[in-house]
Amino acid sequence: MSKKKKNNAAVMNSRLISRPIQRCFPLFVLPTFIAFCIGFIWPFAQGIYLSFCKFTIPQNAKFVAFQNYAKVFRDPGFLYSFFYTAAFAIVSIIVINVIAFSVAYFLTQNIKGANLFRTVFFMPNLIGGIVLGYIWSMIFDGILRKYGTFLLAKTEYGFWGLLILMCWQQVGYMMIIYIAGIQSVSEDIMEAAKIDGANKVQTLFRITIPNVMSSFTICIFLTMTNSFKLFDQNLALTGGMPVAFQPDGSMVNTTEMLALNIFNTFYTGANSRGVAQAKSVVFFLLVAALSLLQLKFTREKEVQS
Amino acid sequence: MKEKRSFGNKLLTVIFSVVSVIYILPIIAVLINSFKENSFVNMDPFALPNAESYMGFANYVKGVTFGNYPFFLAAFYSLLITVLSTALILVCTSMAAWYIIRVNDVLSKGLYFLCVFSMIVPFQMVMFTLSMTADKLKLNTPWTIPIIYLGFGAGLAVFMFTGFIKSIPIGIEEAAAIDGCNPFATFFRVVFPMLKSIMISVGVLEVMWVWNDYLLPYLVLDRTEYMTIPILVQYLKGSYGTVDLGATMAIIMLSILPVIIVYLFCQKYIIKGVAAGAVKG
Repeated sequence: MSKKKKNNAAVMNSRLISRPIQRCFPLFVLPTFIAFCIGFIWPFAQGIYLSFCKFTIPQNAKFVAFQNYAKVFRDPGFLYSFFYTAAFAIVSIIVINVIAFSVAYFLTQNIKGANLFRTVFFMPNLIGGIVLGYIWSMIFDGILRKYGTFLLAKTEYGFWGLLILMCWQQVGYMMIIYIAGIQSVSEDIMEAAKIDGANKVQTLFRITIPNVMSSFTICIFLTMTNSFKLFDQNLALTGGMPVAFQPDGSMVNTTEMLALNIFNTFYTGANSRGVAQAKSVVFFLLVAALSLLQLKFTREKEVQS
Repeated sequence: MKEKRSFGNKLLTVIFSVVSVIYILPIIAVLINSFKENSFVNMDPFALPNAESYMGFANYVKGVTFGNYPFFLAAFYSLLITVLSTALILVCTSMAAWYIIRVNDVLSKGLYFLCVFSMIVPFQMVMFTLSMTADKLKLNTPWTIPIIYLGFGAGLAVFMFTGFIKSIPIGIEEAAAIDGCNPFATFFRVVFPMLKSIMISVGVLEVMWVWNDYLLPYLVLDRTEYMTIPILVQYLKGSYGTVDLGATMAIIMLSILPVIIVYLFCQKYIIKGVAAGAVKG
């Protein structure tokens, strides 16, 4: 009885707030809503529609059903860039997370100057992708020159170069997340392990790592989606070069990742914009699937802990 | 109770000091090369300038003037777009988020769902149609592009604000309402000041995004008139075969120097803001 009364009171109270706000709807929500329609909802809906059309500008769109999608999956450049991106994602997930976790682990061992090191490692995050790409292309070209070659000479150079660049940029970011995770492991468990005579390696593998699993999930998915959405760095470092000829005579940019492939399909001439838009939809579905997978994983972890 | 640092820990400090120096080498390399004559940049990027290659500030003078677009104009537009967009996003999305949480009707639930949905949509999905729409609505100037940023960036900001506002007890707002505050006054006098910490986090994320963004302004802005720093750097490096590397390095140095200075002063907030954005998933 009293509980019901309380509930009623809560409803009354929240109406006290919500009713007047509701009357101010135009002021509070409309600016964001209109901008959201211009900047997201309309372009998104139109994008879906145009992926089924042949067009050079939205005004001359002609409905062609699934023709664009059929072309997408027969485009050697797109398929190549998909596998190239996937390979890059796998390698960068492993390398970046191993380095970032190790750095975070050592920086939480009560060492002198840990804050200074943290500041230094995080710094490259603030530099934009385009600028990063040109800084590193200058460095790689300078190093490779000593061996009589250059960055755009080989696909491998571009791949490992981009990996080094991405490590340099992202290790600091992931390190911050790992440090937060490690610092939130309760002191009690650590102390108990110490009393039980666990050495440092045992503590690391039996206590620290199992307790920062949620940080691992976050970082692994972040590195993965970052790799899949990578554009600026890819454009500035190699721009997709060098070009290779496929057996059937078509050309493939051998360091071109998905986002850059889509961009080039859109803006290198205007004849395949329908296909480009269809590629974007496929790309969106891929990224969305990865995000949902992440959501599922983090939810599961939350239940456990 | 601080443990005494062991030998191993001292060794770690030494190792990390060396690694840190290596870590900032790329930036040092840019600095060194910005003082060297063009042809020497190619030869050995890590060599210090000598009597022959040293140019003084000539690269900087050249860098800010070459390529028929003045560097400082691009820097001005970058700054203008970043400040306007961030301010617009912070004010508008925090108001929308408050409405969403406190009213909680069908409309606000729908809007919230769309915002969360927009966070998983990559820019490439909307890039072509967005640039066309912006063009048609004449939103292609630095003064109007913040509307686009508000639209495309609303998702993350609304998501972060709603998460925070949920944890604010409603009692304070009720007290304000009973005392005769209209919603506008309640929001700006009572709620807004309480949002300070989340404002900083969202603000840091938006500033870092907008300042470094290349593709959105590249596609939306009228490039014959307006360029931002990333567009200018790409334009100078990407579109010519014969690039003056020394001058480019000077421009890169000019563009990262203010960022590094701001970072050194506000690193606490920046690191906190970035970490808050990371856990959004």
